[in-house]
Amino acid sequence: MSEHKTSFLKKYVFATDHKIIALQYMFTSLFALLIGFFFVLIMRWELAFPMHPIPLLGRLLSAKLAPNGVMSPELYNMLGAMHGTAMIFLGIAPLGFAAFGNYVLPLQVGAPDMAFPKLNMLSYWSFVVGCLILIASFFLPSGPLQSGWTAYPPLSEITRGTTIWILAMVFIINSSLLGAINFIVTGLNMRAPGLTLGRLPIFVWAQLVTSAIVLLAFPPVEAGAVLLLMDCVAHTSFYLPQGLTILGHASGAAGGGQPILWQHLFWFLGHPEVYVLLLPAIGIIAEIIANNSRKPLYGYKAMVGSLLTILILSFVVWAHHLYISGMSPFLSDFFAITTLAISVPSVILLTCLVFSLQGGSIRFTVPMLFALSFLPLFGIGGLTGIPLGVTVTDIYLHDTYYVIGHFHYVVVAGILMALFGGIYFWFPKWFGRRMNESLGKIHFWGTVIGINGTFFPMFILGLAGQSRRLWNPLAQAHNVPWQKWHIVSSVFAGILLLSQIPFIYNFFRSIFKGERVSDNPWEATTLDWACPSPPPHGNFVSPISVYRGPYEYSPPNHREGWVPQNSAELV
Amino acid sequence: MNLLHLFGLPPAASSYASDIDFGLRLTFASIIFVFFSWSVYLAYLVFRYRKKPGAQAEYEKSEGISKAMLPGALVLILEMILIIFWEIPVWGKIKEDMPMGPDVEINVLAQQFAWNIQYPGPDGKFGKRKEELVSFSNPIGLDYNDPAAKDDIVLANEIHLPLGKTALIHLMSMDVVHDFAVPEFRIKQDVVPGMDIPLWVKPTRLGTYDLACAQLCGFGHSLMVGHVIVQTPEDFAAWLKKNTPVSVAASSANNF
Repeated sequence: MSEHKTSFLKKYVFATDHKIIALQYMFTSLFALLIGFFFVLIMRWELAFPMHPIPLLGRLLSAKLAPNGVMSPELYNMLGAMHGTAMIFLGIAPLGFAAFGNYVLPLQVGAPDMAFPKLNMLSYWSFVVGCLILIASFFLPSGPLQSGWTAYPPLSEITRGTTIWILAMVFIINSSLLGAINFIVTGLNMRAPGLTLGRLPIFVWAQLVTSAIVLLAFPPVEAGAVLLLMDCVAHTSFYLPQGLTILGHASGAAGGGQPILWQHLFWFLGHPEVYVLLLPAIGIIAEIIANNSRKPLYGYKAMVGSLLTILILSFVVWAHHLYISGMSPFLSDFFAITTLAISVPSVILLTCLVFSLQGGSIRFTVPMLFALSFLPLFGIGGLTGIPLGVTVTDIYLHDTYYVIGHFHYVVVAGILMALFGGIYFWFPKWFGRRMNESLGKIHFWGTVIGINGTFFPMFILGLAGQSRRLWNPLAQAHNVPWQKWHIVSSVFAGILLLSQIPFIYNFFRSIFKGERVSDNPWEATTLDWACPSPPPHGNFVSPISVYRGPYEYSPPNHREGWVPQNSAELV
Repeated sequence: MNLLHLFGLPPAASSYASDIDFGLRLTFASIIFVFFSWSVYLAYLVFRYRKKPGAQAEYEKSEGISKAMLPGALVLILEMILIIFWEIPVWGKIKEDMPMGPDVEINVLAQQFAWNIQYPGPDGKFGKRKEELVSFSNPIGLDYNDPAAKDDIVLANEIHLPLGKTALIHLMSMDVVHDFAVPEFRIKQDVVPGMDIPLWVKPTRLGTYDLACAQLCGFGHSLMVGHVIVQTPEDFAAWLKKNTPVSVAASSANNF
């Protein structure tokens, strides 16, 4: 396909090309990650030094949000809710799923674009609208959501900011649904000739399974959110029981509702959402490990089978978030069994990735460093989930800092590291230039140190019984002896921030001044490396066919040591 | 000696705390064992198979159906043994089987941001509560026209329990979801408006423990702290006697 002339606005802003949309998603979600990180840094100041004025920022905030520069509990709750929302729905999920999926999935299946380019544009722009509404909520009189990213009623119905949050979430959810449909159709229907399902790269499988999860998990929570909206604006009582007295006043709600209903609807999304975050990361890691260990990925079928098992099992584990919610305790046994069952496919995935190293010839490129660090760091995240999945030990650990430590090891130490690796890995494809190796290594080691120093102390705080979401931990006597760990955590959060500076500099500098590289600098076999870097409109210069599986590295007696999927040569 | 105490776990103070501590020790020991053996193996692989000049990777194509599933199957079997023989019975003991004839029975009525405690008094019956009677001086809306209410003891943020006796606690919330958590008892339970959720505890150590809300309940969440005071049965009886309203017959909603 030839280049055709389009205006700047049409090419880079209202784009229908999957590559531009992917980069739009990438810049937006990286920005959201930075904003979400900024929110939590302010919170970490309050946690480390409760009731001390926030440096610099404290004076800029209004007296209502920060009297005398000291963070108010309302501001703490706003930042807490928005940190969670920004990181999960605006940061990690769009980065791993929408950005990487949009760029790499069509290339890896040999498609000229997504199946529905305009739907793709609609998906991105509804995401942007959702983001803007969330940011705007800070400037409304109501302020943003104050009831945690989970928005449990009745608290979410009696605090302000919930309505605007639901509005934003509807846009973001719709954006994900449109993207998921697009990925499934593209991945299944637009494969190049010869690219059978058994020859799809693991990344494509991971994105397909993620899309299916998105498609099945988001609608229930969206319906639930509409009920919550009705409760907030039309005074229905879907989640409100009879006879509430709010701060000494009868609420006047008709009653008859059930607060736990929302928790079920929310976690019916919320748990599969973890896999929406995780599976694209697993896909990225699989590509990087196969490419850098220079051998076929171990256990292709076992990995695909595990992904499909996760697709099913992820829908029957949600209530492990509700062991002590007031849900019938007899239900918990079922969810404990399914929760431990879902650890099996995850263990198989990780085992295959580790076995893929065996017999390899490992190149320690920057993406590979991130991929290798994923294996033990995500391991900590996964393993520390066991005492939370076991009902008995969850009684003690639930809603403590231990939970925070656990899921930050999963999402930051695991998934975010994988996404960073993916950025270094596909950067040459996006811009035709490579990111600087030395800066990449500084970023890597700083991030590893920062992450562990920030999140490990949380296990200790949690074991000491400290509840999460405390504006002032020192208000509770039993937390006082452990306060030093909050300070350690906050100091390392600062180190984590500093470690991102080389990344941000490297990212933007390399776009314009990075070392120019060939179309396939990593000597990779999948179709995404068989087109020019960056790929032109329509991606592939000539029609492409596939003759073999995705990871033909180091075939015996082969001169180059790797055979691309689209190579017709007989090996 | 429980090593976990060095990492923050407070000393136990309830009859089932040892069960939970056993679970914590078992799971953490397994985590540490699996993590270290896994990391050592990973480090070995990374070192052994690093890129060396002239060496080529092995072209090994395994579908991994058997070998990769082995660790998974092992995990599944161990976990199922844990669930069937330990988890389900212990969970049942703590959360499902409520004591039939408890020594003490109290109501906990959580509100933003306080724990209201209602003891039934000598008659053993809780007085009726009505939401329209809730006021600053009557935080739980106790209906003093009900004879059963006249000897009730209502306290804020203070639970007294006798050592070694089984207490049945009814958790109720007046506004939002709270969470009744006492780290030393190793117990935690959400307190949901519109529900009466039972919880039992048998204290095994004298002392005063923090009762901290563990579910975000609004701006005062971190300040929603009460105390659980475990006394000897004699001290508890004396405390109960001292706090029972003096002229039970004379009290009413108006002059309380």
